[in-house]
This record gives sequence, structure tokens and C-alpha cells, in this order.
Amino acid sequence: MQFYSLPNLIRRGLRGHRDWTPAWRKAQLRPSYDVIIVGAGGHGLATAYYLAKLHGVTNVAVLERGWLGGGNIGRNTAIVRSNYLWDASAHIYEFSLKLWESLSQELNYNVMFSQRGLLNIAHSEQELHDLARRVGANRLNGIDAELLSTEEISKRVPVLNTSPDTRYPVLGGTLQRRGGVARHDAVAWGYARAADALGVDIVENCEVTGIRTANGRVTALETTRGEIRAGTVGLVVAGNATVLASMAGIRLPILSHPLQALVTEPLKPVFDPVVMSAAVHVYVHQTDRGELVLGAGIDAPVSYDLNGNFRIIEHVLAAVCELFPIFSRVRMLRQWAGTVDVCPDASPIISGTPIKGLFMNCGWGTGGFKATPGSGWVFAHTLAHQEPHPLNEPFSLDRFTSGALIDEHGAAAVAH
Amino acid sequence: MLLIPCPWCGPREDDEFTFGGEADFPRPAEPEALTDEQWADYLFMRDNRRGRHREQWCHTAGCRRWFIVERDTVTNEILGAGTYGGSP
Repeated sequence: MQFYSLPNLIRRGLRGHRDWTPAWRKAQLRPSYDVIIVGAGGHGLATAYYLAKLHGVTNVAVLERGWLGGGNIGRNTAIVRSNYLWDASAHIYEFSLKLWESLSQELNYNVMFSQRGLLNIAHSEQELHDLARRVGANRLNGIDAELLSTEEISKRVPVLNTSPDTRYPVLGGTLQRRGGVARHDAVAWGYARAADALGVDIVENCEVTGIRTANGRVTALETTRGEIRAGTVGLVVAGNATVLASMAGIRLPILSHPLQALVTEPLKPVFDPVVMSAAVHVYVHQTDRGELVLGAGIDAPVSYDLNGNFRIIEHVLAAVCELFPIFSRVRMLRQWAGTVDVCPDASPIISGTPIKGLFMNCGWGTGGFKATPGSGWVFAHTLAHQEPHPLNEPFSLDRFTSGALIDEHGAAAVAH
Repeated sequence: MLLIPCPWCGPREDDEFTFGGEADFPRPAEPEALTDEQWADYLFMRDNRRGRHREQWCHTAGCRRWFIVERDTVTNEILGAGTYGGSP
């Protein structure tokens, strides 16, 4: 792996930038691996990286049906935060946030993690109480969180309409100063480059079409490029989790929905933090290039289509114009959607399955991006030891039978 | 946007309707006789099919009746609609 640094940039620049090599190899698929990870998205690549780095498991393939980073890792709104309510979620998301803080150095790849702060605003007394409760819970878990008055919010984001005369007046809010955004594509590319350097094979255009088992153990995957043997398989395929799991006869509590986002033309910098409102369902931040990134809600019907319902866009734009009248004439550049895998309790599944050697990391629903480093870390541990890391033990598939659900609808319902 | 064919009112825009999830899994007659696994399967586990999908809709802002729609979940093409008991 070529080390990215200023001296290296200057040295190679003086030679006309002719000797840079690709960030990762086009790996040749081998007939057998110790571990196969299905899905070269953020979580899958992070898993491969930590498997090789922390557990010395380097005979690993990451299979991808399409192209690397073409799924939800490149389709989210890039928001990172850890202000979740329950202990189990708070611990795993905060663990992730700590990894984010040194990720660029860890990967020697600039993921442009920017801790510009993250503001949740409340439009009703009830919402304010709920947010105050979450601030208390966060602080007990060592997560930075503070309550802000309407005046403090107005000072922080002057372009936000905090007048009491609006349809949904801003009554207060919470701030997580360590929250922010990262460049999502760079996260996939950085993990891919670092995993590849440790010997992981990343194979694109290789779709899994079947899962072979014998005596209750996974033995191989059937793919569009032939059969590949492996004793351990991790499925990290987000919206298509049910499709893959059903190949092994496993039923999941997951529903797939389109989740849309939009980006506007670039503007001069007008506000710093990520602003989110659960009541009117919008979350928005301004990128370093000046574009506004707007996130919407999911389409209600189950769907794998990558367009999304136009009605949802109307809804989110109405909410943005209500909160930020200054943006009412900004033009949209583009809109896209990803297929998100939503669990009934809005918490992920990072778990073994009834089939030995077959593991799932899915159900992140609308909010998986922020968890990418921590998810990869604990899933790598799970695959290497064939048992969960303490941080993902509560996120087992069994919880839907035992009833130990982790209800994060309050913290996960908006701001993906 | 979907154009949903209500069996009673004809095709209408989707904002008149409420999505009611997958069709064809009736509530168990004797829930207390089920194991925890069977009950979890009924409560939470879904086919979440990629492709042909039989699902329930309610014409909330219309006749307020429930019915069944068959739709392709990749293309969103509506393949048919029908009432309970009759095949769509």
C-alpha cells in the first residue's frame, strides 16, 4: 500500500504523479476462503479490515454483486452521532463515534470526519421532555449531550426560523457537539484500501445465488462466478438481507423500504451543525462544498425500487421551507434512494443464526452509516470467535423470541 | 407515486391509502398454544419478498375498506387487486 502523506505527495508530484498505483487490487477469486463477507459496503469492508487487522484472519473474500460502495454507504446523508436512548445502543454507537475520531489516521485515508455538532429540535412540550430524557440517558452513558433553549438555538443557527408564530415553533432542542458528518464514499474506499493491503480479496460483480449447508453448517456459497467454499460467512447486505437469509431458510424480522435524500446547488456557508427535526421529519446539513444535503423519510410500502415516492420529497421540502425560509428558492441538483432494512425495534441484528458459521449483520434500517466502524469491529470479533462481542450481544436474532427488544424508535426515527 | 386499484372505488392515488403490510398470515387461532418461536414468527418474521408481493391496503380516505393488492416490489408494478377470500 502506498502511504498517503505530504512528503509522498511532493515526491511523486515532482515525478509527474506517474507512479501512483490503484488503491486496491482487482483480486482473483480463489475457490476457498476462511471467511467470506457478502456485501462490499461500509459495514462489510470494515468487518474485513478489522478481521485482518485485529484477528489475523487474512484469508478473507468480500463479495459484491454490483460495485464497491454502490449501496447504502454511498446513499446515506453521512450523519454521525451517538445520542441513542438505551444502554445497548448508546454503547455501540458511542464506541463507533470514538473510532470515527481517529479513523482517517487509522486508515491513512481522509474520511473528512467533521465534528460540526448535531442539533435536534423540538416542536412540542412532549418532544422537549423526550429529548431531555435522552440527554439524561446519554450523560449517564458518558455521551456528550446538552439541552438548548430556543435563544441558544437561534444564536447557533441564525437562518433557522425560531419565531413563535410558525406552524411548528421551535421550543428548544439538544446538541451533541461531537456529532457531525463524514465523507461516506471515502469510508468505503478507505476501508477497502486498508483491508486489501492486509491481503483481503475484494471481488466485484459477483452475486451470491445460493448458500450450501451440510449438517447444519455453512459450507459454501453459490455465486455467478462459481462455487466458493468457506466455513464462515457473514451476510452484510442491508436491504437485501431477507433475500440472502432466505437462501439458507432463515426468516428475518426485516422490511425493506426506499429511503430518499436530496442535494441542492452549492450556497455560501450559512450554518454549521446538522439540524434535525423529528416532528416535521427533516434533517439537513451543509457540505464543505456548500450544498445542502436533505434527508427524507421512508416510503410506507415495502419496496426494493431505487426511486422512492415523489410525495416524500414534497413533504421534506415543505418542512425545510418552513424551518429555513431562506432556502425556499434554492434549486435541487439531484435525488436518490437506497433500500433500507428496517427492524421492528429500529435496532440492528448482529448475530449468529441457526446455521453454524453463518452470521448476519443487518437491520440497521435508516441509520447504519454512523455505526460503520463499530459495526465492523464487533462483527469481525463475532466472525473470528464464532460468538458475539459484548457490545453486540444484545443485538441477537433471538431477541425477537425472548422479547428483549431494544426500542430505539425515538432516537432512530429521524436523522439517518 | 402508485395508482392503487381499490376494488370498490377504482384506481386512486396512493395518498388516499394506508399500507397494511404483507397479506396471508392470519392470527393464530390459539396463541397460548404456540411456542415462543412460533409466536415470534407470527409477530415479527416477514417474507419481505423481492418481486411478487401480496399485501394489504386500506382505502383510508375513501371507502375505508381493506383489500389485497399484488405488486412487484422491484418495479412497483401493480399486478392485481382483490377482496379477501377472492383471489386478486
